[in-house]
Amino acid sequence: MTYEEAIFYVIAAVTVAGGLGVVIARNVIHSALFLIMALLGVAAVYVLLASEFLAIVQVLVYGGAVTILILFAMMLTRVRDTAGPMDGPQRPIAALAATIFLGTTVLAVTQTEWRGNTEEATVISIYEIGEVLFTTWAMPFEIASLVLMVSLIGAIVLARGEEGE
Amino acid sequence: MIPIDNFLVLSAILFSLGMYGVLVRRNAVLILMSVELMLQAVAINFVAFAVYLNPETFTGLIFGIFVIVIAAAEVGLALAIILRLFRNRQISNVDEADLMKW
Repeated sequence: MTYEEAIFYVIAAVTVAGGLGVVIARNVIHSALFLIMALLGVAAVYVLLASEFLAIVQVLVYGGAVTILILFAMMLTRVRDTAGPMDGPQRPIAALAATIFLGTTVLAVTQTEWRGNTEEATVISIYEIGEVLFTTWAMPFEIASLVLMVSLIGAIVLARGEEGE
Repeated sequence: MIPIDNFLVLSAILFSLGMYGVLVRRNAVLILMSVELMLQAVAINFVAFAVYLNPETFTGLIFGIFVIVIAAAEVGLALAIILRLFRNRQISNVDEADLMKW
């Protein structure tokens, strides 16, 4: 085992532990903190995939903005005071479904012969990403910014409430 | 020299965890967090395929960026809806929002 693989296994363990914490933690705030751990683990995975741009974006957007937004929503909706159990009665079926999905996917991944270079990631520079993003993918880029604007205006309109409320 | 299989299996594990969370949690915010996990798994898959199998055009990498953008928009909108639901009906569990259930 090379040292790169050892680093990968450490990061993967942190990420999976965070993900497990999100779905099984009894306390919702702990769940959100575990989500931060998982998302930062994913950022480290991006670094291992030689895509440092995505890693930076991941830390900025997810580690910062999205988790803070989720924590705010938790405080505002008083999730901790909600009565009743955290999980629904369908837990065994859900666990079974997730396990079957995991087994099938892992089997498919290990059985497939990938065409091309499967041993080492190719480094793609930020310069190249920026170039294609504003030439080949310029139209989707603009549409994405429009989607972002519309959804944020929609969120403000929804959360603001009606007049005289 | 990490084989691509490692990344794909990691993404499969994350996706199944998110799937379990979506199916089992009652609170809307927790379901949303599980959805985030699933989106992250998909993004890892896209980026892994781009940098290993298709480094010439790396479409998957661009798609990963768009996944992050759309996920951010989705979180903002979904949390606004959850907030609205709580303000109007004082509930935040999805199984209590059963007004339209037959």
